[in-house]
Formats: sequence, C-alpha cells, structure tokens
Amino acid sequence: MIMGNNINAIFKRELHGYFSTPVAYVFIVVFLFLTGIFSFYIGAFYERGQADLEPFFRFHPWLYLFLIPAIAMRLWSEERKTGTIELLMTLPVTTADAVLGKFLAAWCFTAIALSLTFPMWLTVNYLGEPDNAVILASYLGSLLMAGGYLAVGACVSALSKSQVIAFVISVVVCFLFILSGFPLVLDFFRGWAPQALVEAVSSLSFLTHFDSIQKGVIDLRDLIYYLVFISFWLYANVAIVDARKAA
Amino acid sequence: MTTEPQTPAIEVEALDKRFGPIHAVRNVSFSVRRGEVLGFLGPNGAGKSTTMKMITGFLEPTSGTVRVNGHDVATDPVAVKAAIGYLPEGAPVYAEMTVSRFLDFVAEVRGLSGVGKQARIAEIVRQIRLESVVEQTVDTLSKGFKRRVGMAQALLHDPEVLIMDEPTDGLDPNQKHEVRSLIKAMAAEKAIVISTHILEEVDAVCTRAIIIAAGQLLFDGAPAELRAQSERGEYDDAFRKLTTQFYAREGTSDQS
Repeated sequence: MIMGNNINAIFKRELHGYFSTPVAYVFIVVFLFLTGIFSFYIGAFYERGQADLEPFFRFHPWLYLFLIPAIAMRLWSEERKTGTIELLMTLPVTTADAVLGKFLAAWCFTAIALSLTFPMWLTVNYLGEPDNAVILASYLGSLLMAGGYLAVGACVSALSKSQVIAFVISVVVCFLFILSGFPLVLDFFRGWAPQALVEAVSSLSFLTHFDSIQKGVIDLRDLIYYLVFISFWLYANVAIVDARKAA
Repeated sequence: MTTEPQTPAIEVEALDKRFGPIHAVRNVSFSVRRGEVLGFLGPNGAGKSTTMKMITGFLEPTSGTVRVNGHDVATDPVAVKAAIGYLPEGAPVYAEMTVSRFLDFVAEVRGLSGVGKQARIAEIVRQIRLESVVEQTVDTLSKGFKRRVGMAQALLHDPEVLIMDEPTDGLDPNQKHEVRSLIKAMAAEKAIVISTHILEEVDAVCTRAIIIAAGQLLFDGAPAELRAQSERGEYDDAFRKLTTQFYAREGTSDQS
C-alpha cells in the first residue's frame, strides 16, 4: 500500500503499540473465545447441519458493538490524558496524517484478529463443502463493518480525555447504527414518515449492508456505504482534533 | 527592508489567547534571533506555556501572528513544526515504547531514513548520554532520563529553533548542570527559548530575558538590565519588584 511517510510512521507506531501492551492479546483471546461460543452454542453450528459460516458471522455486529470501541477508545483519549498529543501534534505531520495513521493501524489490528478465526473456516471445509466465495465475501463484509465501528470509535475518542467515556459513547452511537435497520426503530417511523425516509433510516444500518454481503452478494452500494461511512467519521475526527487547537 | 542584519528566527506579533472567560495571553510581541538564548520568566500560570504552545502550533492564537524562519504558523504549520525542536512541559513520551523505538519513530516523522537515520540516532544517544537505557521502555525510566529522552527527541533533527518548556524542572543539581551545559554548547547556531521560574538559570544560560505576568509582557532585555532593576542587583528582587508593581497596578494578586 502506498502511504505518505508520516502516515506510515504513525501506523507502525500505533500497531506496535497494541502488541507492546497486553491489550492486543487480551482482545484477540476474548474475540476468538466469544466467536466460538456464539457460533457453536447460540448459533447451533453443528445442529443446523449446513456447511456454511452463517452462525459465525451472524453475531459479528453484536460482538463488534462492544469489542471495537474497546480498541478505538485509546486512540486519542490516551494521548490527551498522558500529554503525548502535544508531542505528536508538534511533529511535522498534518492532522489528517495522524487520523489516518491511527485508524489504519487499528483496522489492521482487527484484520489480524479476524484472520485468526481461520480454524472456523478449516472446520467447515473439513465437515462439508461450503461455498468458499460466500465465506470470503462475509469476511470482507465483516472487515468493512469493523472499519465503520472503528471510525466511529476513533472520532468519539478525540472528544474526551477519558477512555471510559469514549467507550460508552461509542457503544451507544454504534448501537443506534445497528438498530436503525430493525423493526423496533423502523415501525416507529412507518406510522407517519414517508416511505423514502423510512428507507433512508433503514439504509443507514450496519446490519442491512452486512446482511447482503454476508449472503455472498457484493453490491457496489454496500461497499460505497461503508467507505462513505468511514470517510465521514474520519473527516469528523480531523475536524474535532483541529477544533481542540483553537479551544 | 529593515536595517537588521538578519530576519529573526522567531517573530511573535500581538499574540493573544483566550480560553473562554480566561484571557491567558495578552498582546505579546517579541522576536528571537539565531545565537540568542531567550529566558522566558514569569509566575506560574502567567502564560509562558500557552505562548510556547502557540509558537509550536499546538494551540491556535485567538489573534496575532507567529512566524518561524519566515513561515507563518497559521498558514504553513508543517514547515514551522519541521524547523522547531520542542520539549513540552513535563516531557511527555509514549510510555510503552522503548527509547530506541521512540527515537526511531520521531526520526521517521522528521524525514530521516536508512543509514543516515541510524547514525543520527546513535549520535544523539551518545550526546544526551542515553546509552544505558536505549532498550528500556520509557515507563521504567527515572524522571531525569525521561526528560533526557524528551530532549533527545527535540534535538534529533538538529533544529534551527529550539523551544523547551521548563527543561530543568524536577531535575537534581547535577542534571540541571548537564542540561545547561548542553544548551550553552548549542547556543551559537540556534535560536533557543527556554521557560523557567528558576531565576539563576537566566544568569547561567540566557542572553536575554522576558518576564510575563497575567499574560502581559513586563520586561524584555538583557539579564544585566533585569538585575539593574533591583537596588541589590539580585534577580529575585527585580522579578518580585516588577511583578508586584504590576499586580498592584492591575489591582489583583491573582496569579493562578
């Protein structure tokens, strides 16, 4: 990947930062443990008797809801708390460099965690003959969705010195973006709002877009949704960090 | 064109900063040339750190301009940041990184690479005497070593302009002496600004002193002129006289 020198340096520092503290290992172990529990017990992976990974991917939006804000919360809050932000922002880097470097490192870290679920893929191939193209699409969808959660978390993290506050607010914001595809929310709008608005709200949901990719249909609109979503939150992240300079 | 022999390395004009109701820096102007070591004095909370943060581009001024080597920090912040080596107050450094990895990170962001980068890091580690701790993580270091890592970071790219916020704060007398020697050794070819509330430091390293209180510039001149303000020829007296006179005029003793 071609990146600016500064983005690259920040990316490397951040990614290494995950692995030089217990954060990375705790996260990966918890993530693998939970995906296993959800797929085999709640998702009834064996009992369904189908050679696919639907029970595995189905729970990703809910796992990410709590796990991804936990990765993202440190990105800016910690720098602000320890004062290293003054060091970082007086180096000759632009705010966009710093935002992108941090985001890409966190995304790369989730990609590593996600790729370590490969035994699930081996298992299902051992037991039957799944459609591996669908599985690959699901992995892609899952990674894009993780990027969406991360972008929200990174942006919120820039708002507060406190990692706990950053975590809680990120979870709530992400929860709203999950819920907006559910009848619970949509029925509330259906009663009075025009159909276009209902569809607009529904189309903001992580779930709507994840579901279609998970079925193996890589629709350009779903890809664009995630990329626009991520870009929007990163842009807001830059704006928040810049606004703090003038505060 | 002015009649000055060279353009100043740092030019601060009518700098002003408000944090909501607090008026932290009020209409401060001064300039620093290469070869000068400017001592930035003032009571705690006088606006020293805030002024430094605005020069280094970490904070945006409410009004006024800062130019470093002719680059305006508002329009060309990256060029300004590239020219400055900055030691923030308390010398914050990423705690979980080893010293060598941290210096490597700063060197890369500063545009160094390959053999040149390695040579420069080795040189600065020797100069600042960090050899014994290069493979330790920063959070295991003593305060003195942490401060030195912060200085190494600020000097890595051999900056033309060096800004250090309380570089000797919390160091023991030997360490203070080392830091002052280092500053004096570099003084000839750089423009250096250090903030301090230790007045002897002015005598030890500075060629010029500025006093600010409640965000306003009270004094700008040579250390000898500052001492001449007091009958007994002491910095402490001069400092107390200038600041108490000022607070009496303002009708406040609030120094927070």
